[in-house]
Amino acid sequence: MKKSSEAFKNWLLSGSDPLEEEMIETLSDDAAEEKQAEEASPRAKKERRSLKQYLYDSGLYRPVRILSSVALCVMLIVMLMATVMDMPYFGQADTLVDSEVSEFYVKHTLEHTGATNIITGIILNFRGFDTLGESHVLFIAVCSVIILLKMTPKEEDPFLHVHSDDALDRKLEKDLILSSLSRILFPLILMFGVYIILNGNISPGGGFSGGAVIGAGLILYLSAYGYKRIQRFFTYKTFKTVSCLALLCYTSSKTFHFVTGANDIHVPISLGTPGTIFSGGLLLPLNIFVGLVVACTMYTLYTLFRKGDF
Amino acid sequence: MDLWQNLPVALIILPLACAPICSVSKPRVSRMLSLCASVFAVLMSAMLILNVSSLGTSYVYKMGEYGAPFGNELFISGAEASVSLMFSVVMALSLFAGLRRIGQEIDDSRKSLFYTVCMLLLTAIQALAFTNDIFTGFVFLEITTIAAGALIFVRSKEGSLFAAMRYMIMNLLGSGLFLLGICVFYCLTGHLLFPQMKESALLLVEGGRYVRPIAASILLITIGLAIKSALYPFHTWLPNAYSGATPAASSMLSSLVSKAYIFLLIKFLVRAVGTEAFTMTGVNDVVFIYSVIAIVLGSIDAVKEHNVRRMVSYSSVAQIGYIFMAVSYGSMTGMAAATFHIIAHSLAKAMLFPAVDRLSEVSGGNENFRDLRGSGFRAPIAGLAFVVGAFSITGIPFLGGFVSKIYIATAAHDYGGWVMLISLIALAVSTVLNVLYFLRTVLTIYRPGERYPLTRDPSKRPFVTGALMLFVLLNVALGIWGMPIMRLIETSIMAW
Repeated sequence: MKKSSEAFKNWLLSGSDPLEEEMIETLSDDAAEEKQAEEASPRAKKERRSLKQYLYDSGLYRPVRILSSVALCVMLIVMLMATVMDMPYFGQADTLVDSEVSEFYVKHTLEHTGATNIITGIILNFRGFDTLGESHVLFIAVCSVIILLKMTPKEEDPFLHVHSDDALDRKLEKDLILSSLSRILFPLILMFGVYIILNGNISPGGGFSGGAVIGAGLILYLSAYGYKRIQRFFTYKTFKTVSCLALLCYTSSKTFHFVTGANDIHVPISLGTPGTIFSGGLLLPLNIFVGLVVACTMYTLYTLFRKGDF
Repeated sequence: MDLWQNLPVALIILPLACAPICSVSKPRVSRMLSLCASVFAVLMSAMLILNVSSLGTSYVYKMGEYGAPFGNELFISGAEASVSLMFSVVMALSLFAGLRRIGQEIDDSRKSLFYTVCMLLLTAIQALAFTNDIFTGFVFLEITTIAAGALIFVRSKEGSLFAAMRYMIMNLLGSGLFLLGICVFYCLTGHLLFPQMKESALLLVEGGRYVRPIAASILLITIGLAIKSALYPFHTWLPNAYSGATPAASSMLSSLVSKAYIFLLIKFLVRAVGTEAFTMTGVNDVVFIYSVIAIVLGSIDAVKEHNVRRMVSYSSVAQIGYIFMAVSYGSMTGMAAATFHIIAHSLAKAMLFPAVDRLSEVSGGNENFRDLRGSGFRAPIAGLAFVVGAFSITGIPFLGGFVSKIYIATAAHDYGGWVMLISLIALAVSTVLNVLYFLRTVLTIYRPGERYPLTRDPSKRPFVTGALMLFVLLNVALGIWGMPIMRLIETSIMAW
């Protein structure tokens, strides 16, 4: 306090204040500056650190931090609870939620998109732009994980040695139950995933859920048979090619849909007979693309977190 | 519908299609591809803004056969077009300016993925600028968040992982609050497109029903986006993230990512809530208080900082405060001033990071401002760029920052009362503090010393020099001919 008032007085009487001194220090001659900088910077650091250290050491820091965060959480909970109390009840008649939108979706999705599964009709047709973004969320997530975790081959890392394919595979060899069970299960899971994807427009499911099933199947195969076996048909290159092609096809077919729709160009894509697999126009290929992206993403995330490589 | 009206969807799809191709190509190819795509995006944005300003009104672009209220839509008016042009320009120029550093600082195996992430970021911010749908906003906000995190940790430098972790925690909290807000709003109104949301919200507010949940959802969305764009108490992740990333990534983080969030907030407040409801709920007062604290304390933090890059990062905290202060008036003039300040500050800040990097490069890689002595003579263009950027942020006439500060002050004047007084005092204090820390650095870089050579650095950096010169020109142009852009933004926001 005394110091700051002195500084203020100095400044008022056209003397110098600390900041000005610092500037003069900065702009002074080299030798002097060097000396002063050497003196000044440890001192400044020491002072700054001491203030922080003082706060940490005072013993109040931890309890105050914990108490304030608990108080903040409780406040947020109370606020959200109060909000929920005022919200309309589920199924209440006089709300705005049961608006024209949901009614339109329920009544007219079949006639406009040819999908008996309304959800697929909504996410791939009416709100197709959101879903396009959502599949790229998966793509960028997997890209980020590759940036973060994929090890470069030239790295001489002891970790790499321990986690080489052979070392990882050797651990698996003995697991008879897993390998003989997955011999039966893997084809079934794969087939089920394909079924969910292909029937996305007529029954519950679609690209996202079917892709997740296929991805889980690949993870099971990897766990049962090891890296050597799965690398016969699924490598980093496969991942890159499949997801790139699927995303490009997805983007181009959606762009075609956006542009023709917005410009009111009528496209003679037949919606087919509702209830059959080949119905709903673009929905089937879109589901397949989404499924491929999701399956690749699932498997890649797993293997990167487990081994740091493919 | 004219052919040019398809430009927004082309702006979104072009980088989106480039991203997967970048991810499978060699680094050299993906660099070429992303540079070409960003330059092409600049051309398309420029064409769009020319056409929109000659059209005079806004238009809606259906994403598919079905428009509102059933399907996704884009909404294009003068404000969106100008923000989109700024996004494309900053993306292209910061890629060019940071090209050499990207080559040095990022591992070869990660370069293609770096460009992939840049392209996805460009897509996401363009989509955030144009969207007419709050949920589309959320989807592309997720892409922006992950892309920004990747931009921070792609540089394998100690500390960058820590910075990225901190960034991720804060930003995911922000995303969560934003999503909660959307859920509450959707439960009440049953719509996700801005115009329909506004209609239903007005109906509810006028009938006096569900006012408290509406206020809560506005609060949740505002605070969520404020956390994501680093308003003062939530800014702790910012300095490490900005100063730890490679210069191109720092420019993108400060000028594209946080600005896209704020622009989405402005669109939400004006187009989905309505400014009356926003001021009625009192959320604007909360934002006002935090923004004033941000303006003063962010500047003080910058004054205390000796590392130039961290200083520039801290100045972002104060500038975000300006933008939120303009938003908090809840008036159309305030929103227009905020949008203009988004553009002016982005152009200045995206220039400062490469300029500082070049200055420290000719000073032996030191980033402490004392060590930059005489670097303005060694790298003249970078010195000029630093001076122009610093002056623009301080608010010296004939530069972009001056124009936007005038408009913010005018908006404060329109509001009147105590708020005007506090805002003007905050503006004045912050301007003085800006002068303190920027002038100190400007004086240092033009101050000769015996140990510091004054001869020009022999190394040629054509991309950095070219990009910085273009940045300088843009800043000066924005200061001198800023009026038409401001008028375009103002008329389009009035008509929103």
